[in-house]
Amino acid sequence: MLWKLLLRNAFRHKLRALLTVFGVAVAVLAFGMLSTLVDAWYAGVSAAAANRLVIRNAISLTFALPIAYMEKIRAVDGVRAISHMSWFGGIYVDRKNFFANFAVDARSFLDLYPEFILPEVQRSAFLKDRKGCVVGRALAQRFGWKVDDTVTLQGTIYAGDWPMTVRGIYHGRDKGTDENQLFFHWDYLNERLRGSSPRRANHAGIFVIEVAHADAAPAVAGAVDALFKNSLAETRTETERAFQMGFVTMSEAILMAIRLVSLVIICIIMAVVANTMIMSVRERLHEFAVLKTLGYGGFHLALLILGESLVICAAGGALGIAGTFPTLRILAGYVGYIFPVLDVSPTTLGFDVLAVLAVALIAAAFPIRRVVTIRIVDALGRVE
Amino acid sequence: MSIDRPIIVDIRNISKSYRRGNQIIPVLEGISLAIIEGEFLALMGPSGSGKSTLLNLIAGLDHPDSGTISVGDMDLTGLAETQLAAWRAAHVGFIFQFYNLIPVLTAFENIELPLVLTNLSRRERREHVRTVLGLVNLTDRMDHYPRQLSGGQQQRVAIARALVTDPTLLVADEPTGDLDRASAEDVLVLMERLSRDLGKTVIMVTHDPRAARRAHRVEHLDKGVLTHALETPAPECL
Repeated sequence: MLWKLLLRNAFRHKLRALLTVFGVAVAVLAFGMLSTLVDAWYAGVSAAAANRLVIRNAISLTFALPIAYMEKIRAVDGVRAISHMSWFGGIYVDRKNFFANFAVDARSFLDLYPEFILPEVQRSAFLKDRKGCVVGRALAQRFGWKVDDTVTLQGTIYAGDWPMTVRGIYHGRDKGTDENQLFFHWDYLNERLRGSSPRRANHAGIFVIEVAHADAAPAVAGAVDALFKNSLAETRTETERAFQMGFVTMSEAILMAIRLVSLVIICIIMAVVANTMIMSVRERLHEFAVLKTLGYGGFHLALLILGESLVICAAGGALGIAGTFPTLRILAGYVGYIFPVLDVSPTTLGFDVLAVLAVALIAAAFPIRRVVTIRIVDALGRVE
Repeated sequence: MSIDRPIIVDIRNISKSYRRGNQIIPVLEGISLAIIEGEFLALMGPSGSGKSTLLNLIAGLDHPDSGTISVGDMDLTGLAETQLAAWRAAHVGFIFQFYNLIPVLTAFENIELPLVLTNLSRRERREHVRTVLGLVNLTDRMDHYPRQLSGGQQQRVAIARALVTDPTLLVADEPTGDLDRASAEDVLVLMERLSRDLGKTVIMVTHDPRAARRAHRVEHLDKGVLTHALETPAPECL
């Protein structure tokens, strides 16, 4: 009976209720999307392996390391495997077609990154072809590339056109694996550099090593850095997670702004719902007074008002959450190459639900207080 | 007036005033009144005389500044708000001038509303509602919303709602004030029947001398003071 009263009251002014539900839905949608974008920013951090370490030039990431370090690092106690990769920064046709592309030591790289799943035939073809490359599934879909297609990158860091043949299309082992990257042979890069700019040849952007256990990481990192202390190119070794986190930290201010905007959205919708509830209850103050007259106490009246608030917020919240998935799919079509992982996490869903509950509770608080404290004779006197 | 029936409402020397800004406005001063069980009492007086305030005090909607009000064995002046709410739910039926039905509930649901606070099962509640709907002759309108009913019918629904918990007291504030003459007559006949046939104690505030004539006793209030009592010819039931 009270449930019936609550539901009918919630949608008594249909237009107002529907607009409020719509407002909550848009707020939850925006909150969910922004949270997912923030998560996407951290996707590289989340996907980082605990037992992989990244070694870079201690001065800056823009300074490369001599390739000769590779064997010295391999010899460090605790290092199980090593590879290297160099940011190539090539452009495909137009600058707007941005995607990450790296020159890698192909064999060791594929061994070190088992999360990039490549069919054996394609793997062999890639390893055999010095001018071959592998691309992620999402990237291939984006540009309509197929195996054996020729892709030409225009160098920005390394001048000239760099034609290469797609020898394989990998897919991610995990949801968080980036499928928007291109990897080609470092040998191809190095060969040309030897001719065009010999001083830049025989260098790698970073080395990536694998240690047997994550616990061994600090000791190995210390040993590697100690090895090159006081050399021309000192190293800085950190976990892959810390390395990725370094990139995220650069955008910390933007992330903070996004988080702030999320909170502001929730605060705005809280005010909107509170306004709806206050108006709705004020219009029916004499009805609540009648219920009080009939013996309904504060608990029942609070339940009725809170229930109304919850119904409106839950309806909006459900719509917003349901709308987040298709909206993110559409968004991924536009920014998928920047944010390869745009999945709504359970944490985001949890925060969506929490935000909806908080909005409902706070929006109901003022009218509940009003109804519970108002004297019956005053409330009845408002209309009589 | 029969004297072998107990006093159900015992009001002793109550006063009530309201504050408006810095001004204190006395509404009732030293009112003492006894109402016998089963009596149909009309409270009359000009606007602002304090009759609705007195009714509110008797019904436990407000507290007097001084004096005592007892209904049955219960001293209302000592009860807290929550206790008063529970007491009202069990002992008082309200009939308002403007019916005060909940517009989103049907006539049946409006009548059922006070029973939600009781321990009755859903089936028992429905039986009670059907009984009082029959009593006010509105069984065929039970699924209608208030907006689909005439003023007289709405007031009969309100009376049914007041009756459904079988309260000790029925209090009515200008129950015919918003009705045409025919509908007012129907409502008054009904209230008279409730007193006569069911033995309900009815306290009615009214401006209408015709309505007051239905009562067994009429009390006049003027400027917060009971001026005189007029006793109507003793009804057969008392």
